[in-house]
Amino acid sequence: MDSLYQLGKYMLMLKSLFVRPERKAMYWVEMLRQMHQIGVDSIIIVFIISFFIGAVSAVQFAYNLSTTITPMYFVGYIVKESMILEFAPTVTCLILAGKVGSNVASELGTMRLTEQIDALEIMGVNTTAYLVGPKILAAITMIPLLVVFAAVTGIWGGMLAGAASGYVSTTEYTQGVLSWFVPLNALIMMIKAVVFSFLIVSISCFQGFYAYGGALDIGKASTRAVVLGCILVLVADYLIAWLML
Amino acid sequence: MIELIDIRKKFGEAEVLKGIDAKFEPGKVNLIIGKSGSGKTVLIKCTVGLMIPSSGQVLFDNRDYIKMDVEERKEIRRELGMLFQGNALFDSKTVEENVRFPLDMFTHMPMSEKRDRVNEVLKRVSLVDANNKLPSQISGGMQKRVGIARAIVMTPKYLFCDEPNSGLDPQTSIIIDELIKELTVEYNMTTVVNTHDMNTVIGSGDKILFLHQGEKHWEGDKTSLFETKNKELVDFIFASDFLKEARDARLATYRKMNN
Repeated sequence: MDSLYQLGKYMLMLKSLFVRPERKAMYWVEMLRQMHQIGVDSIIIVFIISFFIGAVSAVQFAYNLSTTITPMYFVGYIVKESMILEFAPTVTCLILAGKVGSNVASELGTMRLTEQIDALEIMGVNTTAYLVGPKILAAITMIPLLVVFAAVTGIWGGMLAGAASGYVSTTEYTQGVLSWFVPLNALIMMIKAVVFSFLIVSISCFQGFYAYGGALDIGKASTRAVVLGCILVLVADYLIAWLML
Repeated sequence: MIELIDIRKKFGEAEVLKGIDAKFEPGKVNLIIGKSGSGKTVLIKCTVGLMIPSSGQVLFDNRDYIKMDVEERKEIRRELGMLFQGNALFDSKTVEENVRFPLDMFTHMPMSEKRDRVNEVLKRVSLVDANNKLPSQISGGMQKRVGIARAIVMTPKYLFCDEPNSGLDPQTSIIIDELIKELTVEYNMTTVVNTHDMNTVIGSGDKILFLHQGEKHWEGDKTSLFETKNKELVDFIFASDFLKEARDARLATYRKMNN
């Protein structure tokens, strides 16, 4: 029963985003701030994680293929496909569910507890539209870019690691990367990135915006935001794969 | 003028406000006093619209706030200023940006005009050279001043202050009280202050509303406060021996003067 109530409240929060902004410029400034916080501030972590995922994938695939008659350029192809279809969108978004999700939930939770949201309400600002809207728009703009960046970094990391391990040369690897490109897979990656980013940020906003109590409750709201975000990313990942492949 | 008519608020089975009637007049500092848990904060939140009363009317110059739709309510909210207990300043914005926020959001003034207005109100609350500081870089008393500056920057008709002295030393508290009183007269605002600070009660109480267990127990001004026979109010206001002695001394002076 409580889950249904929360779902209804979440839907109402999303509905309240669709209002005319009091001042577009203020929403734009807030969106740019969020784009920086969500996107630019996450570049390093996304780079490190995707580089190593690509590197490890390349070395492990190469190791497994080394005892078969399969040409080694397949390593490049497999790393590219796995990065595009799964690792870049899903793993990146799982990481961002932790980093961005907890950040957003605790920011809004603190604003709620320190009456900053009440202060905005008193001024006559539509608080959900002003605080939640720019965050969601910033996320669905920046996270897909981070996912593309992760895919490229992962493939590049695979190339460097494959060459360093001696299993696959950069020429062979590049040949594999350039072979059998399927545009649908890239489209699926972008769809996943947009859906996941919406889920991560809207759920975190919901948890933070309706937080109440004290510091302990903000911690709980952040944890809930991360856990729910991760679970829903995985469920959505399965549904998208099931529907589109 | 703000008029409250039979305001009731329930949380589940518990009735926190039990039919409060009150009138808050312009140009005066109207105080709501009472023990913790007496319903002061709920009453102020019902008045400003942060909570919806279970029943009753809140009239802002005869405009029924509760019956209004969202857009009409927004219009009234632009006539309100509020100073929160914890100041509620935006952490990521500087002092100037905090004070300028309502102007940025709701006016079409050019930036130079907005800056002038911000500097004017900051000067009015005696806060200079702090424009570029973050709230975390200034003292509690200065944060209160920023909160007041932000509340008055749009020249509101109604000013609400929730525990304006909380966390301040007695001397700073008095300065903040005096500032609120001066601004109330200067802007002819209807000011409602929620407090349990004795200095505020005695210094600024043009009109005092005493709440006890969700009911209005007493209404009057700071002069009649000393003569009241209301036991709960006397126990609340003159809680310490020092204050009891001060009250007795004040009453003795009154009697002498009357004789």
